[in-house]
Amino acid sequence: MTKKYPGAAEPAVNELSLEVPAGEICVLVGPSGCGKTTAMRMANRLIDMTSGDILLGGESIRTRRPAELRRTIGYAIQQIGLFPHQTIAQNVATVPRLLGWDKRRIEARIDELLELISLPREIRDRYPGELSGGQRQRVGVARALAADPPVMLMDEPFGAIDPITRERLQNEFLRLQRELRKTIVFVTHDIDEAIKMGDRIAVMKQGGRLAQYAPPAELLMNPADEFVEDFVGADRALKRLALQRVRDVDLWTAPLVREGDAVGEVRAKLADSDVDIPLLVDDAGHPLGWLADRGMTGDRVRPELRSRPEPILDVDDVLRDALGDLLAEESRYGPVTDERGRVVGVLSLDIISQALQTPASEVPSAGDVLSR
Amino acid sequence: MSAGPLAQIQIRDRTGEGCVAENGFCPDWIAENLDKYWTPLLEHVYLTVVSVAIGFGIAFSLALLAHRRRWLTGPILGVTGALYTVPSIAAFFLLLPITGRGNTTAIVALVAYTLLILFRNITTGLRNVPPDAVDAARGMGMTPRQILWKVELPLAMPEILAGLRIALTTTIGLATLAFFAGGGGLGEQIYSEKAGTGGLFFKSNVVVAGSLAVALAAVSDLLVLAAQRLALPWRRTLRTA
Repeated sequence: MTKKYPGAAEPAVNELSLEVPAGEICVLVGPSGCGKTTAMRMANRLIDMTSGDILLGGESIRTRRPAELRRTIGYAIQQIGLFPHQTIAQNVATVPRLLGWDKRRIEARIDELLELISLPREIRDRYPGELSGGQRQRVGVARALAADPPVMLMDEPFGAIDPITRERLQNEFLRLQRELRKTIVFVTHDIDEAIKMGDRIAVMKQGGRLAQYAPPAELLMNPADEFVEDFVGADRALKRLALQRVRDVDLWTAPLVREGDAVGEVRAKLADSDVDIPLLVDDAGHPLGWLADRGMTGDRVRPELRSRPEPILDVDDVLRDALGDLLAEESRYGPVTDERGRVVGVLSLDIISQALQTPASEVPSAGDVLSR
Repeated sequence: MSAGPLAQIQIRDRTGEGCVAENGFCPDWIAENLDKYWTPLLEHVYLTVVSVAIGFGIAFSLALLAHRRRWLTGPILGVTGALYTVPSIAAFFLLLPITGRGNTTAIVALVAYTLLILFRNITTGLRNVPPDAVDAARGMGMTPRQILWKVELPLAMPEILAGLRIALTTTIGLATLAFFAGGGGLGEQIYSEKAGTGGLFFKSNVVVAGSLAVALAAVSDLLVLAAQRLALPWRRTLRTA
């Protein structure tokens, strides 16, 4: 599709062609003025196309009356646009009321949505002016979800809040999306947010042209051109590590020893292991530390430690955080523990650098990573 | 209406004909004649309410028109502004040949004076509606009419009501001149030559009728203010936003 404003030399959106698979988040990302918001607003006819077409489930949006079309598409924007003169309940009920739902159904839906976005019921009768920024963003998302639309348009929906709240809302939303499986067009200027939220990312450049449309890992590994390479940043390898978790890579087997183990067996274990220092664990399998040579001078292992076990990594850490921990402790490897704190293996810098060579097709998107 | 005569009020003889003859401030006379203010007061209320209501109707329609066609705002402001600057007494006399003596003339003139105030406040109110609320409304599938009635006008209400308050107090003041056109009202008392004194501005009369006009303005202002607090609960929450 193309959008050309009268009097403008270049089109705002230039022959953009995208296919968004049902149930996925497609992020439109690019510098300001690249036409990403314009492109998104064409999908619910807030802006009319100059040429081309947009199909929703095979049906052209041109055949639908704009107001009716918009009621079937969720809409959330950065400034939220809550109605200050209406209570939270009334705000959330906007689209259901437009669709003529009966009162009881609307009331039930409001309660359901407030629970979904983890806001207390008391908030129903408050006005937007009484809420914090994060709460208002949540209400904005709830309002967009109100009539359970299969498709949603979100324009920097987490843009106007502090980084900590934003991160929390992003995570909450990804978890929600795991259940809801909406087809979402998500606009942002922030490549990190794009990588985090997107199943597919469309990088747009000046003049409303599409530079690359690919899943996040593919985008980070094989940028289509210099523009995309610049845009994703020099740290794109590090960004890729945020797409994989420790449990996604093959860990080294840890040569685990307990106090009183036969030294001979330990030496045999060490020969088979990628790690040449034994890791002392307690009876429950929790790491105590790396064993010193003098702990193996007798027949039986004595608890003489060479160093503490830190950093202890969690199987659910993303590789980027695990790498950060290793670097912070100036360590080449560290024990990995499961949710009960038992050692399940060892992660090393070597493993991480190998992970960077994983083909893009095998790297999941952040949404999948987060919800596992 | 003027501070001059009031400032010279001397309360020498509070009783009897002497006070009236001397054109003083006479409580006795006032107490005796209080009931004669009742009709002018009602006339005054009638003039004000009818004029502001008609003025609001016209200004509101013009404002909606200008909201759809922005370029009309300037011309409408020009015309209503010109009406506003015509000296009020002149307006009453100018209209006499056309509409004749009576209520109609008074109301036409009073309506003309409310237009600028009301039109400007309604358009300002509509223009100050947060654009993101309108964008969200559109994006969620509200029709232009629904956006106007459910989002824009409610959000413009504080400014519209502020305009209404100014229009009411201004009209109550101007309506004291309505009797020049034969429209009645409290002005008739203020400017009357009564009680056999032969002179204009009988002080007792001026004080009572004048006070009634001021009280009327204050009461109507408080009424709108109270209505505003009741009807716009969300305004109270904005300070924390």
